[in-house]
Amino acid sequence: MALKSVAVLTKGMFGRMPAQLAISSVPSNTIQKRSNYKFVGMPNETDGTLAGDLNYGLHTVFFTELFRGFGVMLGHVFMEPATINYPFEKGPLSSRFRGEHALRRYPSGEERCIACKLCEAICPAQAITIEAETRPDGSRRTTRYDIDMTKCIYCGLCQEACPVDAIVEGPNFEYSTETHEELLYNKEKLLLNGDRWEPELASNLQAEYLYR
Amino acid sequence: MLGRKIAGTCLRSGVPSVTATSSTPVSQKRNSHTIWYPDAKFERQFKTGGTLGKLWMSERVSDFDEKIGLDKLEKLAYTDPVMSDNYSGKQREKNLENMILNFGPQHPAAHGVLRLVLKLEGEVIIKAIPHIGLLHRATEKLIEHKTYTQALPYFDRLDYVSMMCNEQAWSLAVEKLLGIDIPPRAKYIRTLMGELTRIQNHIMGITTHALDVGAMTPFFWMFEEREKLFEFSERVSGARMHANYVRPGGVAWDMPIGLMDDIYDWAIKFPERIDELEDMLTENRIWKARTIDIGLVSAADALNWGFTGVMVRGSGIKQDVRKTQPYDAYDQVEFDVPIGTKGDCYDRYLCRIEEMRQSLNIVHQCLNKMPAGEIKVDDHKVVPPKRAEMKENMESLIHHFKFFTEGFQVPPGATYVPIEAPKGEFGVYLVADGTGKPYRCFIRAPGFAHLAAVHDVCYMSLIADIVAVIGTMDIVFGEVDR
Repeated sequence: MALKSVAVLTKGMFGRMPAQLAISSVPSNTIQKRSNYKFVGMPNETDGTLAGDLNYGLHTVFFTELFRGFGVMLGHVFMEPATINYPFEKGPLSSRFRGEHALRRYPSGEERCIACKLCEAICPAQAITIEAETRPDGSRRTTRYDIDMTKCIYCGLCQEACPVDAIVEGPNFEYSTETHEELLYNKEKLLLNGDRWEPELASNLQAEYLYR
Repeated sequence: MLGRKIAGTCLRSGVPSVTATSSTPVSQKRNSHTIWYPDAKFERQFKTGGTLGKLWMSERVSDFDEKIGLDKLEKLAYTDPVMSDNYSGKQREKNLENMILNFGPQHPAAHGVLRLVLKLEGEVIIKAIPHIGLLHRATEKLIEHKTYTQALPYFDRLDYVSMMCNEQAWSLAVEKLLGIDIPPRAKYIRTLMGELTRIQNHIMGITTHALDVGAMTPFFWMFEEREKLFEFSERVSGARMHANYVRPGGVAWDMPIGLMDDIYDWAIKFPERIDELEDMLTENRIWKARTIDIGLVSAADALNWGFTGVMVRGSGIKQDVRKTQPYDAYDQVEFDVPIGTKGDCYDRYLCRIEEMRQSLNIVHQCLNKMPAGEIKVDDHKVVPPKRAEMKENMESLIHHFKFFTEGFQVPPGATYVPIEAPKGEFGVYLVADGTGKPYRCFIRAPGFAHLAAVHDVCYMSLIADIVAVIGTMDIVFGEVDR
C-alpha cells in the first residue's frame, strides 16, 4: 500500500492526469458497423492489493524487466547473424530489378532501338536525350542516345515504354564512378552494357513475359 | 621539484639564504642545480610593472597575444573588474539573455534535415522554432508539368519510408477524377502492400525513436525485418524503396508466383520479432522514464492542431481514415484500431506496436482472400495495354504510344482524397483541367501539421525530451518539405 500511495503521489506531482475523454459523440453513420477500437495504454503497475504492491516493489528492486531484456539480447548473440559478406556474397535479386541501363541488340547484332523516342517522352526526370537519322540502308536508328545516370530516378518507365525491349534496366547496381562525367552514358556505353549483360537481361525478360 | 622552484622564487630577496646555508638538507644539496634563481629579465619586469604587479601577466603583451585579442582582455580586466560579493563600489550592469541552441540539421536525432532553433532557460525549452525547407524540391509545382503517369514517382519520394501508401493516395485521387473503379485483385494487392508499408514505416518510426532515446539494439533487430520487406517490394516492383508500383487504374504488374507464400512465411514469424521488440522496450524502466508523460497532447489540442494518425489516436480520439472512409479493400477486411488513453509518447508507442499487429492481421486476411483476375482496368486510355496485345494489335500499339507520349486526359474537376498513411492522414488535392497534366496538386502531409505544433508540445520540457517528441511525431522531411 505504501508503494502504491507513493506512486499515486508522484504521478500527481510529476505527470498530468489524462483529461476526461469524450468518445461517444462520434456520429455512428460515418463509422463502419464492425469498427472496433482497442484502447491501449500503460497497464497499472499494481492491482492495489498488498501482494500486487509487493510484487511491483520486488520487480522494481530486482530489475526483472531489464534482466529479461538482457536475456533476449543474450539469446540473439547465439543466433546466426543476418549480415552477409557483401562484395563476396550478394543478396538475391528478382528478375524485375531496375538497375543500370543497357541497350540491347538483336541476335543478328543489329541494335534494337528504332529511335521512337517513347522513353525520352516518358522519362519524368528528362534524363534521356535521343537524336535520330535515317541510315543509308533506309532503317531509322539513333545517332545519339544519352542517359544522364545522375538525373535518372530508376522508375523503370523507359523500359515499360520501349516497344522493342531495346532499353532495359538490368540487374547491375555496382557501377559507381569517381567522376560525374563517367555517369553521363552515351550510346556506346549503353550498347556495351547490353552486350555484357545480355544473358541476364534476356533471362529476366523471359521470366517476366507473363506479367508484362 | 616544483615546490622547490617556487620556494626559490619566493626567497629571491636573499634574506632567507642565511637559513638555507645554516642548515642545508642533504636532498637540497643534491638537487641544487634545479633551483631557479631570478635572472635579469625577471627583475626587469618589476621595474616596469604597475602596482598590480606581474603576478598574473608577467610578460609584456606580445604580437601573438595582440592577435588573439589578449590585450583587449587585459584592458577589460582593468576597466571592468569582476566584482566580489561584498563589493561596495559602482555596480556595472550585465546583459543576460537566454541561450539559443541550434538543433540540427546535422543532429542525428533531427531525422533528416530538421533545423530546430531552441530558446532555453537553463535546460528548459521556452521556444522551439522549426526551420524547414532544406529538402524542398517543389514537388507540387513539378507535378503540374508532368503527366499523371510521370508524377507518380514523385510520390515515392515524399514520405520516403512509406512509399506505396503515397502512391496509393495519388492513384486514388486520379481514379476518383476519372471516375473509374479498379478490379478487386488490384484493391487487395494495394491493401496488402499498403499494410506491409505500414509495418515498414512503424519499424523505422519506433526503432529510430528508441535509438534517439538510447536503445540501440531493437534498431538492428528490426531493420533485418525491414530488409525482408524491402525484398518483397523489390520482387513485386523491381525497386527496394521507390517502387513506382501502384498506378492510377490498378497496379503495374501482378505479383510474381511464390511471393504470397513468402509473405505468409514472413508474416507468421514476424509476431515473434514484435514480441522481442516489446521485451526490450515496453516494460523497460529507462524507456518508460523517457516516454511516459513526455510530449503530452490533449485530445482537444490534437484536434485543434490538425493532428492525424497515431498522434491523434494516442490522445484517445477515434479517427482512422481506413474506418471512416474506407478505400481500396479496407471495407472488406477486419481490423481493430488502437486508441491511446493519455496522449504521451508511451501511448503512441503502444499504438504503433498494436498497429503493426493489426497490419499483420490485415496482411493475413489479404493473403487468404486474394481474388483472382485482372490487376488493372481494361481501359487502355488509362493504363497501357499488355505487351503481347501491343505486339499484335494495331489499336493497342496506338494506345501504347498515346499513353507514353501524351498520357491520359482527366476530366475537369477537383478532388481531395485522403488515405491513412502510417504517419497520419496523407491527402492529395488535385485539380484537373481536362488536359494530360494536372492543373494543381496540393499534398497534405501529416508530418507538416505535427511539426508545426512542436513548440506547443515541447514548451517547458527538457532538451532531452524534444528528441523523444521528434521521434514520436515520426517526422520525415521528404513530406514536410515536399
